Amino acid sequence: MKVVKLLLYLVLSGVAGCSGLQSALDVHGMPATHLKHLMTAFFWICAIVWLLVIVTLIYALVRSHTADASTQLDGPRTRIAVSGAVAATSVIITGLTIASFYTTRSIDTRMGDAITIAVKGEQWWWRVRYPNPDWVLEFETANEIHIPVGRDVRLQLESANVIHSFWVPSLAGKQDLVPGRSNTLLIRAERPGVYRGQCAEFCGLQHSHMGILVVAEDEASFSRWLASQRVVRSRTMDDEAAAGERVFLAKPCAACHTVRGTFATGISGPDLTHVGSRRTIGAGLLETTRGSLAAWIADPQTLKPGNNMPMVPLTSDELRQVSRYMDVLR
Amino acid sequence: MTVGSPERDTRDSRLTDSELQRQLAVTWGSAGGLWNALSNVDHKVIGRRYIVTAFVFLALGGVLSLAMRLQLSQPEARFIGPDRYNQIFTMHGTNMMFLFAVPVMEAMAVYLVPLMVGTRNIAFPRLNAFSYWMFLAGGILLWVAFAIDTGPDVGWFAYVPLAGPQYGTGKRADIWAQMITFTEISALAVSLELVVTILKQRAPGMALNRIPLFVWSILVTSFLVILAMPAIMIASTSLILDRLVGTHFFNPAEGGDVLLWQHLFWFFGHPEVYIIFLPAVGMVSTIIATFTQRPVFGYLAMVMALITTGVLAFGLWVHHMFVAGLPRLGASFFTASSMAIALPAGLQIFCWLATIWWGRPIFRTPFLFVLGFIFTFVIGGMTGVMVASVPFDTQVHDTYFVVAHFHYVLVGGALFPLLGAIYYWFPKFTGRMMSERLGKWVFGLIVLGFNLTFFPMHILGLQGMPRRIYTYQPEMPWGGLNMFISLSALILTTGFLLFFIDVIRSARHGKSAGANPWRASTLEWATPSPPPCYNFQRIPVVGDSTPVWTDCEVLTVASGLRVDRRELLITGVVDASPEARESSPDHSVWPFWTAIATALVLIWSIFTPWAVVWGAVPVATALTGWFWPKGKPEDES
Repeated sequence: MKVVKLLLYLVLSGVAGCSGLQSALDVHGMPATHLKHLMTAFFWICAIVWLLVIVTLIYALVRSHTADASTQLDGPRTRIAVSGAVAATSVIITGLTIASFYTTRSIDTRMGDAITIAVKGEQWWWRVRYPNPDWVLEFETANEIHIPVGRDVRLQLESANVIHSFWVPSLAGKQDLVPGRSNTLLIRAERPGVYRGQCAEFCGLQHSHMGILVVAEDEASFSRWLASQRVVRSRTMDDEAAAGERVFLAKPCAACHTVRGTFATGISGPDLTHVGSRRTIGAGLLETTRGSLAAWIADPQTLKPGNNMPMVPLTSDELRQVSRYMDVLR
Repeated sequence: MTVGSPERDTRDSRLTDSELQRQLAVTWGSAGGLWNALSNVDHKVIGRRYIVTAFVFLALGGVLSLAMRLQLSQPEARFIGPDRYNQIFTMHGTNMMFLFAVPVMEAMAVYLVPLMVGTRNIAFPRLNAFSYWMFLAGGILLWVAFAIDTGPDVGWFAYVPLAGPQYGTGKRADIWAQMITFTEISALAVSLELVVTILKQRAPGMALNRIPLFVWSILVTSFLVILAMPAIMIASTSLILDRLVGTHFFNPAEGGDVLLWQHLFWFFGHPEVYIIFLPAVGMVSTIIATFTQRPVFGYLAMVMALITTGVLAFGLWVHHMFVAGLPRLGASFFTASSMAIALPAGLQIFCWLATIWWGRPIFRTPFLFVLGFIFTFVIGGMTGVMVASVPFDTQVHDTYFVVAHFHYVLVGGALFPLLGAIYYWFPKFTGRMMSERLGKWVFGLIVLGFNLTFFPMHILGLQGMPRRIYTYQPEMPWGGLNMFISLSALILTTGFLLFFIDVIRSARHGKSAGANPWRASTLEWATPSPPPCYNFQRIPVVGDSTPVWTDCEVLTVASGLRVDRRELLITGVVDASPEARESSPDHSVWPFWTAIATALVLIWSIFTPWAVVWGAVPVATALTGWFWPKGKPEDES
């Protein structure tokens, strides 16, 4: 009954998971697909073993216990049955162990050149850097990773504060970001889409709101995106946005944030050069709209209690101008 | 009290039963009053206190879990803020592991082992009293800290750097680390007592192959504690040094290593699981033997499985670190070793099934809990095999799948047998039976409520829900299942409430039990319920592994112990042949003072390292009082 229920759930959640949010059962990447096959095999084998144990238990309980079975207990039949069950267990776990080794190996198989992206865990957001030997072409963004479909991407995972864990279940298993170490994780999206993930290692107050999006797109869109991110901040600004930039630079904002092309070069907060083009703000907290930007700037501590952005007092005009400015940074 | 001279006959050999009982009661008993309560070193009194205290902590931990379920019942709920929530889940884990699960298993052993091996008190009874006071002090420290909003908030395994000086500001992580020290001290003390009691104080004739399986499980568990606890002691002490003195054990910027913490913690942390689980295995074996009215099949295999589990327990810790980025070869080794633990676990299950198969099951509440245990624990074992696989684990590590897994293992695998054990031994503890009718309700509500609460968590984990999040966003597809889980938790809670009601009611109004209400085979049933302060009027002599079944009318006994002082029979490690008469320490209030002095040092040292220097004075004073000869007959060798 329980197993049937589980199966129903697995099927249903597989269907529900098609929204492409974050699920280890709704897979769109090479490692995650291998993992799902392994998990399915484990599930069936374990379910059958469990069922056998329970059926045996129930039969042992209800079978008619003959008046004098006392001689049977240590008889050879019992010994053979128990030894057989132990032998079967060892065969099963050996098989599962070997299956695990092979899955690990196939996940690590690379196909062609890999793109490298550096991901740093912050409290509580993701700093993403696209390294390039030519430093002018290198840029930084936050909480959103764009990758080309069908190509291996090597994520270089580091942290300068506490331990985090990078996990986008639809694409791959998780990997910790450990201070003082550099870990790598190989991902490859097989289909275009937006895959959500979030920090999986408890990292403090806002561990719950440390989401990340991986946007997989075809090669052409990816190149366009790369090009758009490399340029400095948008120059086409209306008066309101221009006023917003002045407020942004005059207030403490610039101490923590960078907007390339201005003298805002703070590095403790996310790079905002193209914040308006990112799908979410606050590490997956809210969809990026002018309204959500304004709400966030007006009171970040209510939306994400404990995060490192202080509330900067602004007049309503200033707030409107800054949010407009953020919105046009695309 | 006069010193008994060797000329006077002070042995039990020639005394009539009633005279013997009178004299033993004088020698071993304790008068009432607070002072005497603080001085008491009777293992049954201390065991009872331990059990009751641990269950109080269970109830408190349960309240915390309800608070978490309230907060998680809907997305972006604002019942509890992140700061308090982080404290709550840390408290829940810390409390359940360090103040409930480990102590309650040791408490059961403290009460039962001396009775099951047929001796009059545990070895080192004053150390036993000391260990209880330390445990209590550690528990109070943790809960008072939580009440004044300084509860630890770094998770029950307190990973650095989050728990280190830079990110774990305030005194919260120090309180966690020092609470560990309290429970370490008490667990180490109890384990030493139990090892010595089991190896040297068994009733004559109770050779190694006649030791009850519960006692075997406690022996293995005690060795696990002795070997595993030093690792966490080093870890928590290094953490305190990092935080208080400015060492850099875990600071990568100064050549320290954050993974060192994880290695040290899990080298203790994984055996910890078996420290909780193995006693439960012993309880299951005991209950199955009694309620099928036959010895458990494969005694030798069962003992070997216990020992194998104990040894393997030390070779698995890395499976908690599969996603930390360790070398692949090492991880593969730990996959294999983690899977291998399924063998001894499976062997035990198969032996129990064989016993039930050939036995005549009697469906009383303790046995029902054992059935609930098999049903639930095997699921936990299966998910255990899953998380033992490195690739599988990368998808479920630190998610609700793991939350489900370890609750299946710890609640299904240890708490269900424990509840069965409480129903089973309650008549021995109190002389009264618990209600069979209520017991069946308790069983049904708890087993059903548990599975409804925790099974869906597997699915949540696979759907991507990480553990330790205080909330989740409405667009995540987790709301429905979370609400279902929170509602199911109410069923589970009702079961526990009924259980507590049953315990309290039965302790006063339960049906009188008699010495051996279940027709069980082990020695604790060969003495009245509750047992007298001296446990056995005369020390039993054991001829096989089921002495009470064999000699159901009259138990063979040994005589020759002095009755004018507390005296025990010391026997050989292997064959339990009598070796010596040994005095057992009398009641003393000094363990209590020593515990207060030690608690003072430990709490003080959260604030300044000088506490260790100045605090040594009261500790030394109290220990001097403890060991100072008081001119009692027990002081003679």
